[in-house]
Amino acid sequence: MDKEALKKIIVETLEGKKGKSKFYLKDFYAMAPDEKPRDVKNLVNQMVGEGILEYWSSGSTTLIGLKGAGKQAHAEDED
Amino acid sequence: MKHKTPLLDQLESGPWPSFVSDLKQEAEVRAKNVKGIEYQIPTDVCEDLLGILELSFKHGRTHWKHGGIVGVFGYGGGVIGRYCDQPETFPGVAHFHTIRVSQPAGKFYTSAYLKQLCDLWELRGSGITNMHGSTGDIIWIGTTTPQIEEIFYELTHNLNQDLGGSGSNLRTPSDCIGQARCEYACYDTQNLCHTLTNDYQDELHRPAFPYKFKFKFDGCPNCCVASIARADMSFIGTWHDDIRIDQKEVKGYVGGEYVPNAGAHSGRDWGKFDIQKEVINLCPTGCMRFEGGKLEINNRECTRCMHCINVMPRALRIGNERGLSIFVGAKAPILDGAQMGSLLVPFVKAEEPYDEIKEVIEAVWDWWMEEGKNRERLGELIKRQGFQKLLEMTNIEPMPQHVKEPRSNPYIFWKEEEVEGGFSRDINEFRKYHQR
Repeated sequence: MDKEALKKIIVETLEGKKGKSKFYLKDFYAMAPDEKPRDVKNLVNQMVGEGILEYWSSGSTTLIGLKGAGKQAHAEDED
Repeated sequence: MKHKTPLLDQLESGPWPSFVSDLKQEAEVRAKNVKGIEYQIPTDVCEDLLGILELSFKHGRTHWKHGGIVGVFGYGGGVIGRYCDQPETFPGVAHFHTIRVSQPAGKFYTSAYLKQLCDLWELRGSGITNMHGSTGDIIWIGTTTPQIEEIFYELTHNLNQDLGGSGSNLRTPSDCIGQARCEYACYDTQNLCHTLTNDYQDELHRPAFPYKFKFKFDGCPNCCVASIARADMSFIGTWHDDIRIDQKEVKGYVGGEYVPNAGAHSGRDWGKFDIQKEVINLCPTGCMRFEGGKLEINNRECTRCMHCINVMPRALRIGNERGLSIFVGAKAPILDGAQMGSLLVPFVKAEEPYDEIKEVIEAVWDWWMEEGKNRERLGELIKRQGFQKLLEMTNIEPMPQHVKEPRSNPYIFWKEEEVEGGFSRDINEFRKYHQR
């Protein structure tokens, strides 16, 4: 599958999720079951660089979500 | 001080150095500001830190909100967000982010470099450091969001240093001082650590895994960075041939010419050195003897425990055919209890460009990335799917060194395709030779 189509699937899947706004990297593998995990990882990291997604880190674990979704910048006094 | 801290003050009353005294000292330095620094975060950050800690002690609960979206552009690690839930009372620590800075290999510093690090952190952070965190990084505790990119710019452009790893990334690789200072080092730990750090920049700075992953490099089995206890993948120096013995120097130890352990235990009088009691009888495999003034070692039985070499470093030296062993799966006891590393590769030469080593690393990662559950360390995956699965995924043949001891971890099973005729049999043919 080409990258743009995959990006669209990822964004649509995340927009369709109710309740949770941040996900483990492994959850993204499930959105693209035919792709190799390493390729999905690279795409997700690229999407963060492009400002579509963003990281949330507890220090020990990293979660990834749509930029600005959920309890984000405002709640953390970042805006 | 801005806040009264009677509970914290008790921590200064014991015989040990106290972080409370250190924080008060830093608070005073910042308040006086003799150097005229234009502090970029609240001057009273240390006082507010003491204040919120006192409140946590009083309430018996934390007032930190841990984690966040903060970071530098392009990196998914190295910055750990922290906020307090009492920002009005303690505005100095409303934002109190942690920054992990990659430590120089082997922790070699010049004092000038340390001063540069401290100057940057005094200007743009709280001035509070943790030298070093348990992964080995330089940890800077407490700064505000606007300072993060500034610190990163100065660190990378002026101090030639990078952020360390955090989150589900490869963590900052850490090594012992190695061949730079130590005659026991069986390979160049700093070179391997530096090479893998550079080669795996993407994994270090952007989340790639189900959870954290640590590399640690020990030059010999003395394991000064405790890699076997803490690293998902540890590289421990070893040798393939024989321990080199200098019989003349052995006599020197026996005759009292040299102090054992290079004088490390010289604090009290232990009596005359007794090679039988202090070396031969303590050899875990019983592979040594001292007869007629001559020391002999059955090297085939030696497990490289290092004890004899540590006691008599002038007389015994590591072998000449050197390399390293790779262990996998060590971890601290967060989920499934603590685990020591399991031996995966008994011996490999550590020579540039380290292709054989990288092949093992990448095969392990591919398996863990595919099969590891969220927040499952490599050691837990090995336990869940079995060591045999790891061997399959890394294309490593099972060998006796993989078995800790007979009948205790029999994880290697025959597969049907490996058995002539498979697992099915003709029962009638069988009954011809075996009665019911």
